Amino acid sequence: MNASDPGVAGRFRGRLGGFQLDAAFALPARGLTALTGPSGSGKTTLMRCLAGLTRLPGHLVVDGETWQDERQFRPTHRRSVGVVFQEASLLSHLSVRGNLTYGARRAGEPRPEALDEVAELLGLSPLLGRATANLSGGERQRVALGRALLARPRLLLMDEPLSSLDADAKAEILPYLERLHRSLAIPVLYITHDASEIARLADHVLVMREGRLAEGPSPAAARDAARDRLGALGAAEKDRLALAALIAGLDPAD
Amino acid sequence: MAEVIWTTLKLAGLTTLLLLVLATPLAWWLARHRSGWKEIIGAIATLPIILPPSVLGFYLLIVLAPASPLMGLLHPFGIRTLAFTFPGLVIGSMIYSLPFAVQPIRGAFEAMGDRPMEVAATLRAGPLDAFMTVALPLARRGLLAAAILVFAHTIGEFGVVLMIGGGIPGQTEVLSVRIYSLVEALQYAEAHRLAAGLVVFSFVVLLAMLLIDRQAVRRLR
Repeated sequence: MNASDPGVAGRFRGRLGGFQLDAAFALPARGLTALTGPSGSGKTTLMRCLAGLTRLPGHLVVDGETWQDERQFRPTHRRSVGVVFQEASLLSHLSVRGNLTYGARRAGEPRPEALDEVAELLGLSPLLGRATANLSGGERQRVALGRALLARPRLLLMDEPLSSLDADAKAEILPYLERLHRSLAIPVLYITHDASEIARLADHVLVMREGRLAEGPSPAAARDAARDRLGALGAAEKDRLALAALIAGLDPAD
Repeated sequence: MAEVIWTTLKLAGLTTLLLLVLATPLAWWLARHRSGWKEIIGAIATLPIILPPSVLGFYLLIVLAPASPLMGLLHPFGIRTLAFTFPGLVIGSMIYSLPFAVQPIRGAFEAMGDRPMEVAATLRAGPLDAFMTVALPLARRGLLAAAILVFAHTIGEFGVVLMIGGGIPGQTEVLSVRIYSLVEALQYAEAHRLAAGLVVFSFVVLLAMLLIDRQAVRRLR
């Protein structure tokens, strides 16, 4: 991580119910940062703070713009943020096209062809006229992703976007994410528990434990270290163990 | 006869329209905010369901009569009383049917959860924009249910309209009151015509609205 050129930098510190978050972070201006850690460690809370959906004391600067400090709190609808939730959360009263254009229109997307480009990129072109109710899980999540991208975000947040999908749907959507990851010029924060997703998508890894953040080793280093030790295990198994090693390496107690 | 039907439909239609406009923000507030006031306001808004219409009619009569402080405030605008007037009847009907508007809409907003509004915010929709383009469309079945209930409830209302309307033909006499007067006067044939007509009309309205609703749901699938 190049700390001299942060796309996103800030810190949130505060209490939410019985939970204490104290997270300082800096994400590079482009590339995908995986955020991992045990359930209940505060990953989703941190993401919600970045989106402005939850308010905790702190400060946040994105692409040179202050979204939050002691004096101001920019509400979600005035932040150029894209969010993909764990469940696709499509607007059920709108068609696929309606979902995709909802944010684009409000974000002032000047190019009418942007819809077709994103639909093409995510394989949504044949689905545009469909209602959302009978899309498959993978299709729904692709619509959610396209919808977030078309709102011209300067920061993209994804909260375990694949965790509610079965193995087939995951396999279907991962290539889209990889392609997207290579073409996106904005910082992406991607929450996941899945080592194979980290291995395939992440440029950096952050680990959260009990409301605190630590930087993880590079995904490649974690993978290589695990591979050296593990020899002939299956790829998925290796990735799982790599993630365990990666997290354990940061906390001797584990 | 045409006159009394027109008065009844006008009262039910106006009450439904005005109540939807007023009850929707109230239902939204009740569904979305966690405040100590919420349950108190919620209870007040539900009170007309359990109050006898005569109790409600009695207090409305006092409030709408020329001597009340409220009417005192309206004197400068040339309004001396709303008792035994059509506008008074609309006000009474709205209060009487308030719970039937608030409950279904509130239920629909609660069932929706926080997520759709959060999604709308992440897609740059401000609060009012998101309310109009996400919350209202998602709550449309609750709104329709509220409209059906209020309309039907107003047509079927008797005690309140009798007390604050007085049954003045052409102004405040509605079908239920006319049927009552006819029965008192032993004019059963006329009473039968109106009563049976009311049954058929109510059934047709309900059926039509339910079919419209069913179709709207199917179109989205």
